[in-house]
Amino acid sequence: MFHSSKQYWIAVALATCLVLAGVCTFLYQVYTGIGIWGLNSPVFWAFDITNFVFWIGISHAGTLISAILRLANATWRRPVTRCAEAITVFAVTIGAIIPVCHIGRPWLAYYLIPYPSERHIWPNFRSPLAWDFFAIITYLTGSTSFLLLPMIPDWAAVRDCSTGLRKKIYGTLSLGWQGTPRQWHRLETAMHIMSIVIVPVAVSVHTIVSWDFAMTPVPMWHSTIFGPYFVVGAIFSGIAGLILAMALLRKFLHLEDYLRPIHFQNLGKLLLTMSLLWFYFTFAERLTTWYGNDPSEMAVFWSSIRQNFAPMFWTMVVCNFIIPVPILAIKKLRTITGTCIASVGIVIGMWIERFLIIVPALEHKFLPYTYGHYQPTWAEMTLMASSFGLMFLLYLLFAKFVPVISVWEMKAGLHHPSATPHASTVTEVPIRSGFDDNPLPSDV
Amino acid sequence: MRAIYTLCPDPDCAQRVVDTLRVAGLDLGFAADQVVVVSGEPYEGYNFSDRYAKSYMFPLAAVGGLVGGTCGYLLTSLTQKAYPLPTGGMPIVPPWTNGIIVYELTMLGAILTTLIYMFVAAPLPSFGAHVTDPEIWTGKILVGVTDPPESSSAGIEKAFRQAGASEIKRFPAPPASPVTR
Repeated sequence: MFHSSKQYWIAVALATCLVLAGVCTFLYQVYTGIGIWGLNSPVFWAFDITNFVFWIGISHAGTLISAILRLANATWRRPVTRCAEAITVFAVTIGAIIPVCHIGRPWLAYYLIPYPSERHIWPNFRSPLAWDFFAIITYLTGSTSFLLLPMIPDWAAVRDCSTGLRKKIYGTLSLGWQGTPRQWHRLETAMHIMSIVIVPVAVSVHTIVSWDFAMTPVPMWHSTIFGPYFVVGAIFSGIAGLILAMALLRKFLHLEDYLRPIHFQNLGKLLLTMSLLWFYFTFAERLTTWYGNDPSEMAVFWSSIRQNFAPMFWTMVVCNFIIPVPILAIKKLRTITGTCIASVGIVIGMWIERFLIIVPALEHKFLPYTYGHYQPTWAEMTLMASSFGLMFLLYLLFAKFVPVISVWEMKAGLHHPSATPHASTVTEVPIRSGFDDNPLPSDV
Repeated sequence: MRAIYTLCPDPDCAQRVVDTLRVAGLDLGFAADQVVVVSGEPYEGYNFSDRYAKSYMFPLAAVGGLVGGTCGYLLTSLTQKAYPLPTGGMPIVPPWTNGIIVYELTMLGAILTTLIYMFVAAPLPSFGAHVTDPEIWTGKILVGVTDPPESSSAGIEKAFRQAGASEIKRFPAPPASPVTR
């Protein structure tokens, strides 16, 4: 429908291949059974739950940051919010798909839903897995609304500035938005309420994900610090993911006038804060374990610090702390390139962190005769690669069909009393729909 | 729907036109609610916009939260009482863990109520014909009168000019006159 560059279609094709590989692996897994994964007794959770926690963590980029910046009335947020909110919706969706793969019999996934079963099997509301269901449903509903509501006026703009099939499609998507003062006030009030509600929901979601572990008497899982530790880690990886997404959009959509160095610098400062917080929590967690010197916990502790998981552990520390802190602390290094390098490291480091929380603990439970060893298989790795492919594919399609910068919010920002000098230099806000090479008004 | 409208370059001009039309409406035979303002971005601090600012969205969201929380409490506690699990002496209806589900459903209730209220009050979807102009997306503000009495067109145009608006348009746009050779 739209003209797009060759690179765009190559990227879509690559992402689609990854997704198809994942679909084929999943179908093969359904046919043969979950035995094709490397899971065993006692390591019943590994790659898949690592990916689940990782993607739910990445999802904290968008809605949480966007909501906090909205409530703080930070004008520099305006070009950033939609990129961020889209990450949330896609990451939560991917995160929600993973447990369905994990249960092995996906056609029974509806057992998670509270319904009156003729066999009197009800979800156990004391289980953190049941809490997950409610938390993720609430977060997905809130995040999707948070993303879609401000898109309605932008879709109306595309509708009014286009013809033919495009006009019909965007006319439907915009729900007949007119732009009366009543509509603007209702939209802004709704966004304000959403911003207030979504912050505690986002915090609760990752806290509940952490309780999947912390409510279990497994060494180094049963910890009171896990809730805030996971929330900090989620925001940390989320901001890194957001910076990478913004950098890619900036480069390929030529959004240099909107996604400016100041945005990367400000997000870099947030990332620095989260890096320091992450180190604080990691140190506090390990120090408490070491000081307690409980034999079962020390087995997990040493396996990650000195033994077979040590390379991963120290890679994590380098990626999450040693590399990012100097880059983000020194203003000259806190450039777009600098923040992107730090972000790549953090995304890798945070994935490793999730893995190190899950696998070493399960390999070293309380009794040595239950010790085990986990080795991922091709199926798990393919599914993981596929989850990244799905994220890229969804984001590419999103960038093509939706204005990735909130046009009306940018314009409103120009008239806002607290508009920054940077913002005031942007005088024209062309309505672009993603990878379309021509601004839409020229099609009229 | 018919309309006669002008495009104002800034909100001050829009406010002038709205004020003039409201006064002129008394003589020309149209009501104040027939005066329509359409813009490509929200404006604050102007009467034509701020008069719509008041809404019941916040209290209704709170009520929605209460309803959601109550549903969460009933879902968990009634289920646990109807199908009691062996808990080893622990409470059948545990307030701590049920509180988590009550909390999530409270938030979900507030979100859904906000959404429903927004769509009802906006109102959306609204696929009928309504006055619009692509130029609102370039920063102009549409101010006009919907379904004006036939006899009042000249008076409305005069009111537009009095308020400083020069470009006057009609909705739907009149068909282009045939070209004569």
